[in-house]
Amino acid sequence: MIAIFKHELKSYFHSLTAYVFGAFLLAVVGFGAVLCNIQAAFSNFELVFSFSSLVFVIIVPILTMRTIAEERRQKTDQLLYSLPVTTTEIVLGKYLALLVVYLVPLCIISGYPLIFSLFGDVYLLTSYGSMLAFFLLGAAFIAVGIFISSLTESQGFAAGVTIALILFNYYSVSLSEYTSSTMFGSLLAFYLMAIAAALVVRVLTKNDTLAWGVCIVLLPGIALLCFFNSSLFEGLLPALMEQLSLFDRFSSFVNGVFDMTTIVYYLSVIVFFLFLSVQSLEKRRYN
Amino acid sequence: MIEIEHLTKVYGTHEAVSDLSFRVESGQIYGFLGPNGAGKSTTMNIMTGCLSATSGQVCIDGYDIFEEPQKAKKLIGYLPEHPPLYPNETPLEYLRFVGEAKGLRGEELERQIGEVVAQTKIESVQGRRICTLSKGFQQRVGIAQALLGNPSIIVLDEPTVGLDPIQIIEIRALIKELGHRHTVIFSSHILSEVQNICDQILILSKGHLVAFDTPENLERQMLRSNEISLVTEASPDEALHILCQVEGVTDSQLSPREDGLLQIHLSSDCDDLTALCRRLFFAFAGQNRALLELSSKKASLEDVFLELTEQNDALPQAPEDPKAPESSKSPQGPESSQNFEERQGSDQ
Repeated sequence: MIAIFKHELKSYFHSLTAYVFGAFLLAVVGFGAVLCNIQAAFSNFELVFSFSSLVFVIIVPILTMRTIAEERRQKTDQLLYSLPVTTTEIVLGKYLALLVVYLVPLCIISGYPLIFSLFGDVYLLTSYGSMLAFFLLGAAFIAVGIFISSLTESQGFAAGVTIALILFNYYSVSLSEYTSSTMFGSLLAFYLMAIAAALVVRVLTKNDTLAWGVCIVLLPGIALLCFFNSSLFEGLLPALMEQLSLFDRFSSFVNGVFDMTTIVYYLSVIVFFLFLSVQSLEKRRYN
Repeated sequence: MIEIEHLTKVYGTHEAVSDLSFRVESGQIYGFLGPNGAGKSTTMNIMTGCLSATSGQVCIDGYDIFEEPQKAKKLIGYLPEHPPLYPNETPLEYLRFVGEAKGLRGEELERQIGEVVAQTKIESVQGRRICTLSKGFQQRVGIAQALLGNPSIIVLDEPTVGLDPIQIIEIRALIKELGHRHTVIFSSHILSEVQNICDQILILSKGHLVAFDTPENLERQMLRSNEISLVTEASPDEALHILCQVEGVTDSQLSPREDGLLQIHLSSDCDDLTALCRRLFFAFAGQNRALLELSSKKASLEDVFLELTEQNDALPQAPEDPKAPESSKSPQGPESSQNFEERQGSDQ
């Protein structure tokens, strides 16, 4: 794992990736600091993170699009498979290297509140609390990005899907206001999701029986659930969209609340998507 | 030592490898031979842990590649069909990464890198980026990577494909050299290459192992089925009577032709086909029955290969240097088919 970690880290700093990523993050956070802290004369550094959280839409794909997709295109994944390292070690090594690349600009940013505190009162606890949440938010998106990169051998495709997913995540709370909150609307949405899940299963496993199985289990299951407890489905779709939004949960930190559930949520997203990436790599041995 | 038992790999509905079983002993060079799509790469990928098997077992020195992959993989160095290189790194950086991933550290790592660099003769390019290297050198870097960690088994998948003739000769020499210290398994669809380098040949066709023997044995096996075909004016009864008296004929097939002549296909286990042809000629001549055509064909390893693989649509490449000194021990190729028609005419 250490070998993979070192190798990845070296490759990021040898190429422009780490520098472009760092420059972008620093530029946006710097711009945010000027707008929120200096011009508006607020001492709350959390606002800067709230302002700059949209930057993930661009910087996460820059970082993650090539991680696994490029190995596959260069056929170097065969080397990784034939080396005496497990797939978990491969994914973890790559993920930790990405986290280090992400931490470097964050370390620079962590000096900002200290600098501001020289010129006025800055509440450092909320500043650094929100910085931790900002780090975990990015780390969660990077885990999602790695998983998407493991699905394809085209960097462009990986980047596109990652951008779309993060954007959707960003706007899902605003979108949820426009979705139907009636029972019927939710039911319909869940039916569509079940069919989409079956399609995804079909595409990933190329196994018709399994896809039909997913359909056969999910569709009547949802109907039965709705039949016995119809109140459950009322407003379920918008609630779900809000709950799943990684950005929305970040806002509590911006308001100065250190929300443990959010931290746990971010960590579980990271573990879940890294697990999926390992499975996706492992699956390629079976295709 | 590698033991493969009942290995099967199915892609969707296509069976790439079906019920393959064989055993590879240490200290020899093994050649995987087969036309494209015969399952060579699939088998090698499974042996090295890059691919799962649908069913079956692969044991590397007693370690199951599916149950104890870490231990089994340490015993194998693998060069896939496309050398898995990072184009923006130098060979040294690349080898350092692979060495570390194989668990080498510090002095041992540097020592082994120095060794494999010398062994594969890439000192002159070790500081250049891999993407600027020629295909031959890239292949060498790939082989160097496989040698790191001093594995007892080296698996090379089509190591000479895409190289120029000089590079091919160099890589072949390197493989022979590796055979002194490691068990080498390499695949090729070039017959002469396998024949020249290997101690043992495995011929695969459509996922089945159709032959596994030394090159000499495979040739000998086929010598038994040397073929002679002749056309005579004798009747079938007369012909059978004459053939009974000729020594060395193991099997005969008689087929009367429309023009009243008789076509006979003979097979023989006799090494000296010329002498057999002579005996046949005089046997028929002694009975006052003329031979109108007489031709013999000696089986070469190429015929063995073609017959075993039975793939007329995917013919293997002809050996590009049949006159190479190493191949002198091999029997003559198709040109040994002798035609006696002219002699027959003048004798009459």
